[in-house]
Amino acid sequence: MIDWLVEPLRSTVVARALAELLLLGVVSGSLGSWIVLWRLSYSAESLAHGMLPGLVIAALAGVPLVIGGAAGLLVATLAIAAVGRVPRLGSDVAVSVVITTLLGLGVLLGLAPETPAGLDGILFGDVLGVSDGDLALTAAIVAVVLISLALLRPSLVVVGLDRLNAAALGRRPGAVDVALGLLLALATLVAVEDLGNLLVVAMLVGPAAAARLVTRRLTSMMLAATAIAVGASLVGIYASYHARLAAGASVTCALALAYVAALAARRLTAARRSASARA
Amino acid sequence: MRDGGMSEPHDADASRRPLLVVADSLAATYPGSDAPALASVTFELRGGQRLAVLGPNGGGKSTLLRVLSGQLQPSFGKLELPAGRVALVPQTERSRLDFPVSALDVATLGAVARLPWYRRPSRADRALALDALGRVGLADRAHRTYGDLSGGQRQRVLVARALVQDAPLLLLDEPFSGLDAPSRRRLELLLEELAGAGRGLLLATHDLDQARACELVLCLNRVQLAFGEPERALTPQVVERTYGAWLHGTGDPEEQPASPGRTP
Repeated sequence: MIDWLVEPLRSTVVARALAELLLLGVVSGSLGSWIVLWRLSYSAESLAHGMLPGLVIAALAGVPLVIGGAAGLLVATLAIAAVGRVPRLGSDVAVSVVITTLLGLGVLLGLAPETPAGLDGILFGDVLGVSDGDLALTAAIVAVVLISLALLRPSLVVVGLDRLNAAALGRRPGAVDVALGLLLALATLVAVEDLGNLLVVAMLVGPAAAARLVTRRLTSMMLAATAIAVGASLVGIYASYHARLAAGASVTCALALAYVAALAARRLTAARRSASARA
Repeated sequence: MRDGGMSEPHDADASRRPLLVVADSLAATYPGSDAPALASVTFELRGGQRLAVLGPNGGGKSTLLRVLSGQLQPSFGKLELPAGRVALVPQTERSRLDFPVSALDVATLGAVARLPWYRRPSRADRALALDALGRVGLADRAHRTYGDLSGGQRQRVLVARALVQDAPLLLLDEPFSGLDAPSRRRLELLLEELAGAGRGLLLATHDLDQARACELVLCLNRVQLAFGEPERALTPQVVERTYGAWLHGTGDPEEQPASPGRTP
């Protein structure tokens, strides 16, 4: 048993991948909680998909993916702002039109005959390909995001609770929106290489969505979300090593199972509570 | 409420109480709109006084609160708030009730108004909030989830939050709407006590009886129609102009006050 657990970690590739996923798990515990509470899951998914052309172009040009992703995010944001200005189109229409266009454009570029193989790495991630440099960048960005969220916590509660009257407590909703959006973009940028364009949202939103079901306070929600993310990362890494499954997809499936388990736990306690109320 | 014996002493030494609001010909227009939502508002409010801002829905009550709480700049006129800090007690229906926070967490947020953005409320602020919850009669509910409380209890949590803000002036937006009679009475007593302790209270309401119970009333229907003590300000003509459409039976009943008032 011990050997089953220790053996994968003898490989530096697997150890690095696990370290990377644990870092992402820690950031998703708190960032994901705010995304869920602020109802930004759709925006999170859109950000990840909208950066695909940037990633593909970076892969084609041989530029680091982080730079391509950042450029892709910038273009997606500007395009959404521009389309959102068209009268009678709501911002959700703007987001869906721009994001599907960008996703299509990314696939088109990725499947062109001149493109070297590797689109699946961009779409589904390659956490086993993490280098020491990637790991250092992730650690730095995770630190920035966690510290910023800790500082912003009162503002995030005030604006999240009552956006309309937040200014009366001296908090500007627009400024807090921008700050949270930037932190989400940063986290997406480092996570997208590991989990891929299509799966990254699962890691950012999944743990907090599951934790929301079984907790009643902010701090316990964040701790539970972190624990779920860390647990799913471990499951994913061992499944990929021992069962030769794709690491990113295994993490995603473990997160989905955690969500189903949380839902069942919630139903069960609700049923028990109403049963004891009847008794 | 007026017969409670609290208001007479305030009136007697009113001029010695500090001025909290001096508004002179205030007007306010929302961005992107041509017509002012509010015009010709002129009044004074001192510590220890309760001022009812009376008017129909859409009459400019909330706009006045937004101007006084610094969320909307006046487009005309002069506004002085000599005491500085102002605490807003919004309608609880406006807030998200599914947030995983306790009553104590919400009351503690009052401290946020006094802190720079990067500072968290301290342990002392939390103790202050617990104390404030005790003053509004909710000490035993401090650790309950905010969204699980009744409407009246949530309203009192927001009053506690305003107390934590420690502002001499409290602005309350329709504080009695949706409350049953006991909750309403409980909140009335609380507000009377706060005024007795020297705080200035400004209550937006569409309820005439509520307005009569205050030391001062300001009638607002896009423009100010009257200001003064209720018995002098609330003439039949003023009441009719405040609620014109309703009294003539031409307005949409949904848009009009639930209780335009019995005859006193």
